[in-house]
Amino acid sequence: MVTGAEMLSVAAFLQGRHAQAFPSFGSERTGAPVVAFCRIDDREIRLREPIMEPDALIIQDPTLLHQVEVFSGLKPGDGYILINTSRSFDELGIGEFVSGFRPERLRTVPATELAVKHVGRPLPNAALLGGFAAVTGLLDLASVAAAIRDKFPGRVGEGNVAAATAAYEIVKQEMKEAALHAQAD
Amino acid sequence: MLKQIEGSLGVAKAVALCRPEVICAYPISPQTHIVEDLGEMVKSGALAPCEFINVESEFSAMSVAIGASAVGARAYTATASQGLLYMVEAMFNAAGLGLPVVMTVANRAIGAPINIWNDHSDAMSQRDCGWIQLFAETNQEALDLHIQAFRLGEELSLPVMVCMDGFILTHAYERLDLPGQAQVDDYLPRYEPRQVLDPREPVSIGAMVGPEAFTEVRYLAHAKQMQALELIPRHEAEFRAIFGRDSGGLVREYRTADATTIVVALGSVLGTIKDTVDEMRSQGHRIGVLGICSFRPFPLADVRRVLHPAQRVVVIEKSLAVGIGGILSANVRMALSGVQLHGYTVIAGLGGRPITRKSLHKLFREAERDELQPLTFLDLDWNIVNRVLEREKRERRSGPIAETILRDVGVVAARVA
Amino acid sequence: MSYQPIKFYQTGTFTVGNRLLAPDERSVQANMQRTNSLNSGHRACQGCGEALGARYAIDAAMNATRNQLIAANATGCLEVFSTPYPETSWQIPWIHSLFGNTAAVATGIAAALKVKGRRDVRVIAQGGDGGTTDIGFGCLSGMFERNDDVLFICYDNEAYMNTGVQRSSATPPAARTATTMAVGREPGNVFGQGKNLPLIAMAHFIPYVATATVAELRDLEAKVRRAMEIRGARYIHIFVPCPLGWGHEAHDTIRISRLAKETGLFPVFEAEHGEVTSVSKIRRQLPVEEYLRPQKRFAHLFGEAPRLDTIAHIQAYADRNIRRFGLVEEGAL
Repeated sequence: MVTGAEMLSVAAFLQGRHAQAFPSFGSERTGAPVVAFCRIDDREIRLREPIMEPDALIIQDPTLLHQVEVFSGLKPGDGYILINTSRSFDELGIGEFVSGFRPERLRTVPATELAVKHVGRPLPNAALLGGFAAVTGLLDLASVAAAIRDKFPGRVGEGNVAAATAAYEIVKQEMKEAALHAQAD
Repeated sequence: MLKQIEGSLGVAKAVALCRPEVICAYPISPQTHIVEDLGEMVKSGALAPCEFINVESEFSAMSVAIGASAVGARAYTATASQGLLYMVEAMFNAAGLGLPVVMTVANRAIGAPINIWNDHSDAMSQRDCGWIQLFAETNQEALDLHIQAFRLGEELSLPVMVCMDGFILTHAYERLDLPGQAQVDDYLPRYEPRQVLDPREPVSIGAMVGPEAFTEVRYLAHAKQMQALELIPRHEAEFRAIFGRDSGGLVREYRTADATTIVVALGSVLGTIKDTVDEMRSQGHRIGVLGICSFRPFPLADVRRVLHPAQRVVVIEKSLAVGIGGILSANVRMALSGVQLHGYTVIAGLGGRPITRKSLHKLFREAERDELQPLTFLDLDWNIVNRVLEREKRERRSGPIAETILRDVGVVAARVA
Repeated sequence: MSYQPIKFYQTGTFTVGNRLLAPDERSVQANMQRTNSLNSGHRACQGCGEALGARYAIDAAMNATRNQLIAANATGCLEVFSTPYPETSWQIPWIHSLFGNTAAVATGIAAALKVKGRRDVRVIAQGGDGGTTDIGFGCLSGMFERNDDVLFICYDNEAYMNTGVQRSSATPPAARTATTMAVGREPGNVFGQGKNLPLIAMAHFIPYVATATVAELRDLEAKVRRAMEIRGARYIHIFVPCPLGWGHEAHDTIRISRLAKETGLFPVFEAEHGEVTSVSKIRRQLPVEEYLRPQKRFAHLFGEAPRLDTIAHIQAYADRNIRRFGLVEEGAL
């Protein structure tokens, strides 16, 4: 997760923006819930507090949804949520919780499966970044790809880029369908 | 050259550019990434000639640095918290012998109870050992201060500690401007030692000094640090000329000119404070910030100059002198001798507790209304404190404090802030 | 005609100059060009074993390195009596940092010399038993493990002498010190397992370990010379009596050292990479009483109610050493 936030910051940097990524200030043992943060801005970022009111949330491990206060501070009206899962928000049991959110900003993507397919390992960070770029429009895929290659050289990098691209396209496609669906109503 | 990298890597690259000759380190969170990065540079040959020594303790690390520096080599190490304490005897030794070792302290709380997160208790515990202490506000400044540290220490023959907030800075990825080798070489000349162990000209270093001369030796150590008060601004100007940015210096003022309330702090919390102050300024509050970069030597004159026109000063510090109160604030108070203004000490951020804009807004407004106590512990949970005190009143065998508190607080991992 | 072999074992100890020996076999002290690294004028006690050992060892090291030597010294008697403010007796580059960090300081010196391309300059770290076996143990082990190019010399007078004769982990059983007084049921130092630094050094498999005494000074010089031929971590443990702390006559320093060897209490040997390579045999084994009796620190074992059991226990230690190191030659008296 920490790597994900770092890559996110690198992608933003490559687009000429300021970005600050840092790990949570909680315990960091393997297996414990981990949070990482990233701020993106056009000016120098001076703030050093943990992110209290995120604009966007990427959930890498949906088993935490009911154990940890993951949504704390997220702005209901405008917030983005991207969850690593092949299930829907309803199937995850949070459908009602997110009813106040803008539906086009709520996305799922089977990032772990994509990672296994393209990289051979169940590490969903890169794919989640691709999905994030798609749902928020904050980053372009090229920057995400470059950030991934910067972190993971060689074949591993290419595999992760492929996973990210696949995730990007899946999310973009779903957003298009959702928009058409909404129009049709 | 701009790069988006971890603060630790920025520092490692800056140290490498300074052409260190001996690097010795013992791992301790949160400094590990710095020495790992440097170790890799040496091992791959990217940083050469340089000896990288994996020592068996921090006491050994500082001692190896002492030996290396005594032979005229540029020596560097890094530590934090418990590690700093373990090398204390050697730190006094390095300062007393006048050896310009440079060390990064990735500020971390000191136990018991054991805590790996950021506060300034480690650096503060060594404020009197004779080392120069510089505090970085950002990772850019952290990187820059290391370059300045070698220059300053070698010119004065004094060791220099560069303090950067553990995890908050060391483990944060941000945009850094890395200097080029030519720029650093321009700024930092070869190390010319005042004393050196060399068979060509034998000297004895480290003799015993008795009552006849000890006072004079200690006075000279103090006088040398006071010289730094003049050198630091001069070096800051030179740094600006070569690297094109402001970094270091004794103090940095922010919107203090007409401020009636001035907030004083060290390190990365200054960023959060400035954001808060900007928001308050936009609402008409006359509030400003004084960041102190050189904590030792303490810039009494500059602090006095900036603070004395104000009505009140709020010192926010990540340190606590058990039994009396604030440490930074006591030093600030010394600068204000004879000046009448309200002084508030706020102990905050101990053991890594985040300092939030929300809390600062509330705090600064209370200060403006002069409703603050002289000593405040920001965001202290009185419920926890009172529960412990009640338990201790009830039973003698009240149990280890830390464990019983943690049971009260609940699962740590569930809390983000 | 049969011949009886007569062993010459006086040559090379009492006779410093050795006019009978070829020049290159003579002691460095016999050489007018010796450096006098530890020059006269220091404040050591009359009969100080450490001063004697240090003078021979460092001059030998200087000779072996063509005077390219830097020394790091632990806090202790040697450091204190050799640098009485405002003077120094050292004629070589010398640094005293702390009590427990000498091996680490030496590591730093060696590293700096390597970086600066001064391969010809060698490093010695030296200290007493306190600074070696107790407070300096961690740094010493670290230096051994890294195989840093340092020769560590321990001058073992078996207690913290400079601070008033307190017990160290090198203090032998039954010895009286200020913190192991000769009172109670078990007067003097307790019988522990001991802490054998030479064996511990060998357990690190470093290139060279040796023990020596100030009774055989040319043997000491030879070992220092041998050590300086080798690169990497090396350790020499020198037995140095302390007349003041041990309570013996100042003129008996060399004799007491010889007794330590000849009783088997102090094995004299060399080892490389963890294996013993040579042993200096006991010429004429003596019972431990002969060693213990002249020292007041063992006085409580004698007198009206002698502690025969304790003496026997000490004898057992000596016998174990003899057996373990093969200190007695077949057919010796």
